[in-house]
Amino acid sequence: MKPLIDNFPDLLKSALLTLELTIFSILIGLLIGLIFSLMRISKIKILYFFSYYYSFVFRGTPLFVQIFIIYFGLAQLEFIRDSILWAVLKKPYWCAIIAFALNTGAYTSEIFRSGFEKIDKNLVEAANSLGLSNLKTFLTITLPIAIKRSLPAYGNEMILMLKGTSLASTVTLLDLTGTAKYIISTHFNPVEVFIFVGSIYLFFTFLIHTFIKYLERKFRYY
Amino acid sequence: MKQLKQTLITLLTLFFLSASNLYSDNVKIGTEGAYPPWNAKDASGKLVGFEVDLAMELCKIMKHNCTLVEQDWDGMIPALQSGKFDAIMAGMSITDERKQKINFSQGYADEVASFAVLKGSNIKPKTPKSISLSDIDSNDQKTLAALKDAFEGKIVGVQSGTIHQNFLKSGLIGKVNVWTYKTQDEVNLDLASGRIDAGLAAAVAFEDYNAKAGSKLKLVGPTFSGGTFGNGVGVGIRKADSGLLSDFNSAIDTARQKGIIKKLAIKHFGFDASM
Repeated sequence: MKPLIDNFPDLLKSALLTLELTIFSILIGLLIGLIFSLMRISKIKILYFFSYYYSFVFRGTPLFVQIFIIYFGLAQLEFIRDSILWAVLKKPYWCAIIAFALNTGAYTSEIFRSGFEKIDKNLVEAANSLGLSNLKTFLTITLPIAIKRSLPAYGNEMILMLKGTSLASTVTLLDLTGTAKYIISTHFNPVEVFIFVGSIYLFFTFLIHTFIKYLERKFRYY
Repeated sequence: MKQLKQTLITLLTLFFLSASNLYSDNVKIGTEGAYPPWNAKDASGKLVGFEVDLAMELCKIMKHNCTLVEQDWDGMIPALQSGKFDAIMAGMSITDERKQKINFSQGYADEVASFAVLKGSNIKPKTPKSISLSDIDSNDQKTLAALKDAFEGKIVGVQSGTIHQNFLKSGLIGKVNVWTYKTQDEVNLDLASGRIDAGLAAAVAFEDYNAKAGSKLKLVGPTFSGGTFGNGVGVGIRKADSGLLSDFNSAIDTARQKGIIKKLAIKHFGFDASM
């Protein structure tokens, strides 16, 4: 127990970092996911294909590979290091957020796409016949129903993203997993440290779970 | 129910027995394979390096069959304790913290640690050539103070769980911004790309990178030894395996007398790092 108590301030800080990475990635990923899911159901071919291949690539490769390419790979290219992008890509924090957001954005776009696609066309026609504009129909009918239908799968994706942030430790960030590895490498006690850190992840998962349940209740009328 | 209980107990006993099995004739030696020139992998994925050659020589002397097992650095000591292998030869310095968990053979080689920066960097501490942290005198204090000025607020990259990380964490040179990496290769990459201001590792690790990547780095400040940097590199062995420990100790004696360690050190390091 002593190593855990000695390193408690570090563990607390790293738990906050994990939470921060998760929340930022999910928020940016949500925006990306919404935009790309709309592109997927759009009738404009180029938008459709762009969205399709984005999702294909980011769902088809491991997150670990993505974060490595963004962090170590891009840094090898001289024109990237000379460009203004380097100010952002220089920082492991932003590299991690970019990788996580792009990854979860791809999954989110698929989740919302299926939510949009399953909507009964009769509902939209009914709304139109009542004189609602296309935008109003989208905002008050299509979007809420799509969100409601996507919630269970989206909750799953949020939990996966939370656990995915453990890869931040591979790019020098001291998130929960990184700090756990540091404590283990100095005190050589993997079991107790991983059990402790695992329960913090479990607690965060519980928070996400509760949040999704709350949303499901809120959207129950749709 | 009773039968189930018995089966479970038998299985658990077997599990613990197999986990704590004392080395049989086949000694498994764990190494990282990512810390050249100590231990590394060649283009075909074969383990090479000073410790790989030395391990085979020591096994010949001990008349044991040996196999090398690859293991990531951060799990090295837990893997030894759980019986994944029986000995560590991974450039692991003999330190007091590690000695609380495992035994070490006598040291077989030693070399110094050093800071490295990208060529053209403005980090240029004015210090003597070397410093030993075993007992710090007033001259050493001056050196440490010079380093403190040079590295204040700078980002220094180290491999996670190393003596180099422990030194930076010890506060002897004040508050530096420490970034940790899984392997030394990654430290070198970020040093070369300019993400970090300096790296701290075995001097030979930076020289090895320079030889391969075209002299991008330059060593600065003193070379470090003693204190948190430990007392040479030895073979790590489980506390229970005293037989294997004495085997390794006498094999190292023999190899040293025959000049084998010296020969291998010169081959891999370019100088005599044997001890």
